Amino acid sequence: MSDLSINIAGIDFKNPVSTASGCFGYGEEFKDFYDLGLLGGIFVKAVTGSNRDGNKTPRMAETASGMLNSVGLQNKGVDHFCKHIYPRLKNFDTQIIVNVSGSTIEEYVEVASRINELEGIPAIELNISCPNVKEGGMAFGVVPSTATEVTRAVRDVYKKVLMVKLSPNVTSITEMAKAVVDGGADVLTLINTLLGMAINAETQKPVIATTTGGLSGPAIKPVALRMVWQVYNAVKIPIVGLGGIMNATDAIEFMLAGASVIQVGTANFIDPMVAPKIVEGINEYLDRHNIAAARDIIGALKKP
Amino acid sequence: MPLPEIFPGQFVQALVHNSPATFLRRPFSIHFVDYAANTLSLLVQARGEGTLHLGMLKPGDSLNLVYPLGNSFSIPSSGNVLLVGGGAGVAPLMFMGDYLNKKNIRPDFLVGFRTADEVSQIDEYSKYGKVFLSTDDGSMGEKGFVTQHSVFTTSPLAYQRICCCGPDAMMHAVAKLAKEKGVACEVSLENMMACGYGVCLCCITPTDKGNERVCLEGPVFDTRKLKWEL
Repeated sequence: MSDLSINIAGIDFKNPVSTASGCFGYGEEFKDFYDLGLLGGIFVKAVTGSNRDGNKTPRMAETASGMLNSVGLQNKGVDHFCKHIYPRLKNFDTQIIVNVSGSTIEEYVEVASRINELEGIPAIELNISCPNVKEGGMAFGVVPSTATEVTRAVRDVYKKVLMVKLSPNVTSITEMAKAVVDGGADVLTLINTLLGMAINAETQKPVIATTTGGLSGPAIKPVALRMVWQVYNAVKIPIVGLGGIMNATDAIEFMLAGASVIQVGTANFIDPMVAPKIVEGINEYLDRHNIAAARDIIGALKKP
Repeated sequence: MPLPEIFPGQFVQALVHNSPATFLRRPFSIHFVDYAANTLSLLVQARGEGTLHLGMLKPGDSLNLVYPLGNSFSIPSSGNVLLVGGGAGVAPLMFMGDYLNKKNIRPDFLVGFRTADEVSQIDEYSKYGKVFLSTDDGSMGEKGFVTQHSVFTTSPLAYQRICCCGPDAMMHAVAKLAKEKGVACEVSLENMMACGYGVCLCCITPTDKGNERVCLEGPVFDTRKLKWEL
């Protein structure tokens, strides 16, 4: 048994496998499937300043090796999260990290400062990359100066570990990464979904109600790997990597590219038991390669 | 492994193997449960790539399912119940009929199809209750939609409760009739979904409690709770 533990920015993950925001609810939905204590961490569904109903349906389309979604940050707001959801999550035997979203800098700051008060939450993941809301979301994550500004504003009020989730819908991912590092980010999460669309040729209409949506699944894995690798070589802070991870091999590839922790997203929809299987698979890989600790493969990619 | 307790209206999420174009699971209503034989049946209409591949499964092949998912139809303690289904939407009605029989209720079935070629299993349904049939083209049973069937046009309606599953337009039409006649009506929705267990939030439907998940708070909803214009 290899040492699977990973420490990033002072947070101990018992293993590198966590679940991605928006793909795992608040974790409770998976209690019937397995012991959540098997996970390194859970990144819970995006929380905004107040209640959001989200977008109209259809909100999804199946695509080649992936899917498009346009949920639009449906959630009951930060007050509801703190009062009703947090008490149920705080005793889970895994790291619980809250994804924080907003339409304005003030909203991000408000949500972050509320989450800052929650003792059992060691970090937030600032979502400046949601492609499915009209205002805010990705708008903050595609212009470097704005990304720096929102990160800095949240940094001023948030005293624990600040992770920032980057959008892949940019010309230069390294420029965006440097911009949020300048704003005071401790950790980078990448990538969020790629903006895409699906059309029904028979009806001659878009498949999803918002016309465009976020592409996820194995279809985006090569793009995600490339971005993790580029950012790993451009900045010094730890990376949480995701984008189409379906199994342990995918997870290991992300770690070799430079991710310290990985997130499993869309794969949870295909196999609700996938995350603990990935933990097992990473362990098996390390044993097979005589590698003592999972941390030893972070950024260990060899030259071609 | 013995089957868990399953209720009528619940569904499975089936993984389609060997179909490269199929990425997500496919939801199907549970068609029948036989605890004695430890079998669960699905009724699958070949509509697209995924269902075509499911149709190619042979006896003895395995199928990866996540189940039982979702809520179920309400089970009344007495009264006359009408089970209405259209096309592939008839799937959960067989199990519901059997379940009601075990509670000493013999429901009536009203099933609608486009044409006689699509009609199947009528003898099976009649084990559990009286069967009324309609086809759009009149090739079998009464001609027209289920809502034009004499079961609905005869007044007063002989039922205290309607359970319905089928195309959206049909469920709306049945819900409208039920409302006019003051009869409780439940529908089983088939919104597009990715996960099936409440986390992707893709399958929501607006209700009096806000946007609810068809996979978790549904798929069965009392039509009075839905934000349908009837």
